[in-house]
Amino acid sequence: MLYINCPHCGMRSQNEFSYGGDASVKRPELNKEVSDQEWDNFVYNRKSLRGKHLELWQHISGCRQWIKVERDTATHEIFRTFKADEEVA
Amino acid sequence: MTQAFRIENSGLINRDKKLSFKFNGKTYFGYEGDTLASALLANGVHLVGRSFKYHRPRGFFGAGVDEPYAVVQLYRNGETEPNIKATEQELFEGLEAKSVNCWPSVNFDIGAINNFLKIFLPAGFYYKTFMWPKSFWYRIYEPFIRKAAGLGVASIKHDKERYEHKYEYCDLLIAGSGPSGLASAYAAAKNGAKVILAEDKPRFGGSLLTSDVNIGNQSGKDWAEGIIAELKTMPNVVVKNRSQIFGYYDHNMLVMSEKVSDHLPATKKYHPNKRLWYIRAKEVLISSGSIERPIVFGNNDTPGVILSSAAKEYLKVYGVLVGRKPLVFTNNDSGYETAIEFKKHGVDPVVLDSRKNPESEIIDEAKNLGINIKNSYVVVAAQGYKKVKSADIASISEDKKQLGKIENIQCDCICVSGFWTPTIHLTSQSGNKTKFKEEIDAFVPGQSKQNEITLGAANGVFTLEETLKTSFKAGSELSKKITENDNEIAIPNVVEKKSSQHDKFWCVPLPKGKNYKRFLDFQNDVAVSDIEIALREGYRSIEHVKRYTTLGMATDQGKTSNLNGLQLVSEIENKVVPAVGHTTFRPPYTPVSIGAIVGREVGKHSKPTRKSPMHSWHEKNNAVFVDAGVWLRPRYYKRGNENLFEGSKREAKNVRTNVGVCDVTTLGKIDIKGPDAAELLNRVYTNAWLKLPVGKARYGVMLREDGIVMDDGTTTRISENHYHMTTTTAQAANVLSHLEYYLQLVWPELNVNVVSTTEQWAGAAIAGPKSRDLLQKLFPNSDVSNEGLPFMGYIEGDLFGVKARIFRISFSGELAYEVNVESDYGNFMWEKIMEVGEEFKIQPYGTEALSTLRIEMGHVAGSELDGRTIPYDNALEGLVSKKKDFIGKRSLKRTAFTAEVRQRVVGVVPLDKQTSIPEGSHLVKDDKAPLPNPKLGHISASCWSVEYDNPFSLAILKDGKNMIGQKLFAMSPLKNKVIPVEIVSSHYVDPKGERVRS
Ligand SMILES: [Zn+2]
Repeated sequence: MLYINCPHCGMRSQNEFSYGGDASVKRPELNKEVSDQEWDNFVYNRKSLRGKHLELWQHISGCRQWIKVERDTATHEIFRTFKADEEVA
Repeated sequence: MTQAFRIENSGLINRDKKLSFKFNGKTYFGYEGDTLASALLANGVHLVGRSFKYHRPRGFFGAGVDEPYAVVQLYRNGETEPNIKATEQELFEGLEAKSVNCWPSVNFDIGAINNFLKIFLPAGFYYKTFMWPKSFWYRIYEPFIRKAAGLGVASIKHDKERYEHKYEYCDLLIAGSGPSGLASAYAAAKNGAKVILAEDKPRFGGSLLTSDVNIGNQSGKDWAEGIIAELKTMPNVVVKNRSQIFGYYDHNMLVMSEKVSDHLPATKKYHPNKRLWYIRAKEVLISSGSIERPIVFGNNDTPGVILSSAAKEYLKVYGVLVGRKPLVFTNNDSGYETAIEFKKHGVDPVVLDSRKNPESEIIDEAKNLGINIKNSYVVVAAQGYKKVKSADIASISEDKKQLGKIENIQCDCICVSGFWTPTIHLTSQSGNKTKFKEEIDAFVPGQSKQNEITLGAANGVFTLEETLKTSFKAGSELSKKITENDNEIAIPNVVEKKSSQHDKFWCVPLPKGKNYKRFLDFQNDVAVSDIEIALREGYRSIEHVKRYTTLGMATDQGKTSNLNGLQLVSEIENKVVPAVGHTTFRPPYTPVSIGAIVGREVGKHSKPTRKSPMHSWHEKNNAVFVDAGVWLRPRYYKRGNENLFEGSKREAKNVRTNVGVCDVTTLGKIDIKGPDAAELLNRVYTNAWLKLPVGKARYGVMLREDGIVMDDGTTTRISENHYHMTTTTAQAANVLSHLEYYLQLVWPELNVNVVSTTEQWAGAAIAGPKSRDLLQKLFPNSDVSNEGLPFMGYIEGDLFGVKARIFRISFSGELAYEVNVESDYGNFMWEKIMEVGEEFKIQPYGTEALSTLRIEMGHVAGSELDGRTIPYDNALEGLVSKKKDFIGKRSLKRTAFTAEVRQRVVGVVPLDKQTSIPEGSHLVKDDKAPLPNPKLGHISASCWSVEYDNPFSLAILKDGKNMIGQKLFAMSPLKNKVIPVEIVSSHYVDPKGERVRS
């Protein structure tokens, strides 16, 4: 079970969180014309990377904040975590 | 019965406490501190079971967790448990156990016929033989294999025992209390670190209990006792025996099973049977020791063939002789230690050493004691069927290929030592990449992946001095990092005898003309010949060889067999062992009771139960409850002998004619506040929200980004910047997360706050033609006329002194209202409604009537919004704004979603107006068409229309729009029904929706 550092609450076990997928996906702006390809990329197409991956988790049984977690998908190592509005450098 | 093999002056058992127990119906005696295994051996019982495949007689091979044979069915306090290792089960007064894998008895086992037919049971036998004819599998092969191959019987009774879970955090978790575990725990504890020390056996000390060493001028055993006693007094240390760490998971989470009560005749009141610990450790020290491995020879599975270390443990810990004429067969010095112990207790052993001319302090001691030692000698085969009677032995050439003349010598046990295999299971589970260590012919830990370090024998270090030195150091350094204390600990002086190099010899060749079975895996009956077959048939990967032959797949998980299996594969393949590699070590290290894993989450504790504030009223009024997610909701209120159908029909009819009240507390409620609240709703729902006035409610549909309908419900504008959203019961949590996702990540610029208020409000739906009259009496000071409170209107009212929210919304399609009060007043509200409603013939109605009412009105719900439908499919396209953008809108342009013949919700009526259509039935054009009969749609919800008094269903039907008036068939192979039906409008009752506005 992963041990995730919630930037709001501190170290908490994985069973307090729910997974939210790739954090690098950007929703196209509202009212903007988007091609089929662009929209498919947003809704469906994911890279399924092996290695370092920036992903979303929600601390549902804690502060209910969505956070970003930099995790290795192969080793499960967690490098850094960020608040929702924090820039990831 | 006398304990003929128990000797005086040896062992750690309590001879003052004699215990009686039963094995296979016969009564024996043992002592407190015995295991079932040691007590049986004390009584000379060596035959305890039959093997898995050939049903060959089985005895004891080990003295602990590695035991492959002695698996029994245990009876304790009126309960039974299968697959208990007799070597791990502590004796208690009144214990009862039986052999498994044998029928009708362990002495005469019909399955042993397999032994004589073994030519038919080679590797892959099950795969090859039982595959055809196909129809035989279910009727003949499978039942036969199940009966023949079972390992004990699970109880089908409810388990009365209680199991607990515990979560714990510590600085250092130490697995194993042998010398390395004790030293590292002591050093870390002295530095003030929070330490948990776990030992799977009842006694602490590991190898120190049986080895002949001295630490700081005490015996190893006394030193261990001293350390444990001191650790137990320290507040920062938890010391646990009977506790097996069986799994090493991500981020240093380890799981341990503590046997709290298994050693007692019955579990004490308020105590659990087992306790499962989830431990998150900053550092993990693995001091799991090593397991002796066998040397492979003919008939090496005969009862009486036993690991030399086990023989020593039975002697030194339990005071039990495994035989009076022992033969020790070894390739290293460990066998001599066992021989010396025998000799010290007046028994004359013979030692066969495969080595030509070994020299060491230990061997010298054996020689000085006058022990008969034969060098360059091996056991070729054990003789005897149910017990070793003699051994065929021979000299062996230096290249280990040629056997000398075979001699037979009398013996009653063969103690075998093929050197030691580090127990690297936990280390490997942590992700550590193991490496092969040539000097010890075994795998040892390599590069650590997590914060883990392996010490002592588990790390391939077999001298006590080195073990203690590295362990004290590891304990103090790791704890220093955490506590910043640095208490120096003097490493005690160690006296141990030096060993000589072991012989890289593991398998005795077959003598000419002999075809002895030489077993690798004793529990699954995998012999050398099976591996040879697998390789001959082309299996190469060790993972495939394992699965084809079942090597290492029994309940002992190959603790004594894996390495010899690898040796064999590497020899045949002409590869080195590391090139063959080992199979993956996976948790659990040793079998764990399902009860311990489940913990207290059984029965009604398996999930939380949510009850509305009116629950006790429902109970008192004969509600029959139904699970709705984790909520309990009244399904109907039983009157007299009514069944569900009659009761729900009565309730629904009363709503259509008078007035009914339904508990709708379970609906999800979300409070939305902030200047941008309307903008959020406008983006979340498919319809327009910017112009909703204060005091008005609106029905809304929300989509996922892929265009599929996510949920529906009404949202009401309470005040300028304050909205009250309702969701379906099932989707409440998801909708809240959905809103939070967009507010926190996608549109953080929106100034809105959302919070769940599901539990803060109790809700009652009042529905029926007389609902307004009732409402007027409930709220005499409010104007609830059609003008004062029009359809989709909202007011606040005073319910006999309690503040209430009144929404004029309808799910039933009747004139209807929903009243909300703060949860604590829920019951008060409900009782008032019932009391005042009496004159209007009010009746409460449950979820079944609620469904009936919505289905015949054609209102879609969860069964239509099933995660596969878009707004059009649900006839909700009128609610999809063409002007504004919203979540999921772009997806609605996808080709499939704009297709001409898109599926759509329709009504379905059986032609005979009698036969109810099972939900899930398929709609087809031709009921006689060959299979697979093309499916046009499916029945999503069915009811008995109280308006028309005939069955009515909703369906999602291909090209539903153009199918009205068509005749089709509803087919339910599950219920074996074919029903001719007509497709009608989904709005079966009041299609214009006049009632809700009346
Ligand atoms: Zn948090």
